Amino acid sequence: MVIKQLSIFLENVPGRLSAVTSILAENNINLRALTLADTADFGVLRLIVDQPEIAVELLLDNNFAVKLGEVIAVELEDTPGGIDKVLKILEKENVNIEYMYAFMGAKPKKALVIFRVDKLSEAITSLQKNNIKLIESEEEAIDLIYYCWD
Amino acid sequence: MYWNQKFECLPREALRTLQQERLQQTLERAYHNVPHYRNIMQQENIEPKDLESLEDLRKFPFTKKQDLRDNYPYGMFAVSLSEVVRIHSSSGTTGKPTVVGYTRNDLNTWSELMARALMNAGVQKEDVIQNAYGYGLFTGGLGVHYGAEKIGASIIPISGGNTKRQVMIMKDYESTILTCTPSYALFIAEVIKEMGLKPADLKLKAGLFGAEPWSENMRKEIEEKLGILAIDIYGLSEIIGPGVAVECKYKNGLHVMEDHFIVEVINPKTGEVLPPGEQGELVFTSLTKEALPIIRYRTGDISRIIDKQCECGRTSIKISRIEGRTDDMLIIRGVNVFPSQIEHVLLEIGEVEPHYQIIIDREGQLDNLEVQVEVSEKTFFDEVKRLESLNKKIRSEIESLLGVSVRVKLVEPKTIARSEGKAKRVIDKRKF
Repeated sequence: MVIKQLSIFLENVPGRLSAVTSILAENNINLRALTLADTADFGVLRLIVDQPEIAVELLLDNNFAVKLGEVIAVELEDTPGGIDKVLKILEKENVNIEYMYAFMGAKPKKALVIFRVDKLSEAITSLQKNNIKLIESEEEAIDLIYYCWD
Repeated sequence: MYWNQKFECLPREALRTLQQERLQQTLERAYHNVPHYRNIMQQENIEPKDLESLEDLRKFPFTKKQDLRDNYPYGMFAVSLSEVVRIHSSSGTTGKPTVVGYTRNDLNTWSELMARALMNAGVQKEDVIQNAYGYGLFTGGLGVHYGAEKIGASIIPISGGNTKRQVMIMKDYESTILTCTPSYALFIAEVIKEMGLKPADLKLKAGLFGAEPWSENMRKEIEEKLGILAIDIYGLSEIIGPGVAVECKYKNGLHVMEDHFIVEVINPKTGEVLPPGEQGELVFTSLTKEALPIIRYRTGDISRIIDKQCECGRTSIKISRIEGRTDDMLIIRGVNVFPSQIEHVLLEIGEVEPHYQIIIDREGQLDNLEVQVEVSEKTFFDEVKRLESLNKKIRSEIESLLGVSVRVKLVEPKTIARSEGKAKRVIDKRKF
């Protein structure tokens, strides 16, 4: 029901993002989804990768501050109102979205949205009850995004 | 031009006699009224009556800032609170400030010393003094204030900050004297220029600057940019506040107010008294203070004694400009800051591993304090808002303890340079 996401603390200076991507590249970790939240001084890089546990270890060894967290990935119809429907369900359950990021259709006419929420289990239950398709594993998410990026 | 020619120009022999007489009284007062002094003298097997000459002062134990903290708040006072009319206080290292008290006579002494100091800068009754030292617990503002009133000059108690208003008042009220920290004087000079004014548009003629280290280069810059005479003044609250030593118009060392204080320069490592000319730590003993007599107080300030008759006619010995500190104390915008204070805040917050670095820079003319803190496994959260609130918490805790604004920057783990496993705590990029 949930997939693993890496969060990495980065200083907001040139070269820090590539310091992370180089380590992953050298170790053959495939990077499938990426988003970067930034402030004046620092950023938080969020990644979905094919081998999250190994990636965490590698980054810790290289002195990065890394957290492995759980996020929900939802597959949606790529049509108007698709995301609105999901947001309404979460709102009804009083689930707060800390942040989210979206990817265009991996399969034809599909979009993938990743949510970080405050009440994980409530969010999952309510989405399932409303027949929203949740991505079951990193592998599935990776496949979805993989097609899209290829 | 002297405020008190009799004492400022007292022949050396008479001055030494006066000092010895007053020192004897101070030692007696401290011994009988302050348990701390009695205890440490007894430990060293010495009594006030063992003072047979001024040189014997060196047999008496030192007083350290820690002694004032250990006797917080009033344990070092030699009088009851009914005789105390004023209390000042410094920020203190890890929470506990040092408290200083004044009797009415002490305030008179202090005002007298500040009147002398202001007169060294040429202040007369007709002058308008813009006092941009902070008013409050800090001794700078009120010290100048009472000295100016003693002379009968007009004082504008404007305190620090709001620089555009400072300039407007300086121009409209025709201020002739400026008193503030030297870095703030330079900042004011910049604002004057930004506002399209020139020194000639103002009536300023002199300034009394202190409370932080500065240099001959800074003096030159202040004198040029403001078109004034810039005089260096030294003091610290534990001794009395500003007015312990001050330059005369010859600007070649600061005259110590020797009828009220004895100055010694010691080797900070061994405690041995050094001869004139040698660099070491300044140590002061008060001679007339009633509320807080202070014996051989180690200031942590590095200077040297200049034992040469001054052209101005004053007979006192002089000390050189403060050349540094024996400890890691920093002076930021006139406020004393110890790195341990910042470490203390970080430890209190608890979430933070105290891998930090303090960076001080002078942007334009004002000191900027930046504290870089490494995030760790414990303190890193996926949510930006939690990181931002951690940053804000560190900032507000430091600011409320130090009273100086600070920029906090969270940095990646292990990015603060470590030498032999220990991080270099302070990078001071300022050039004085």
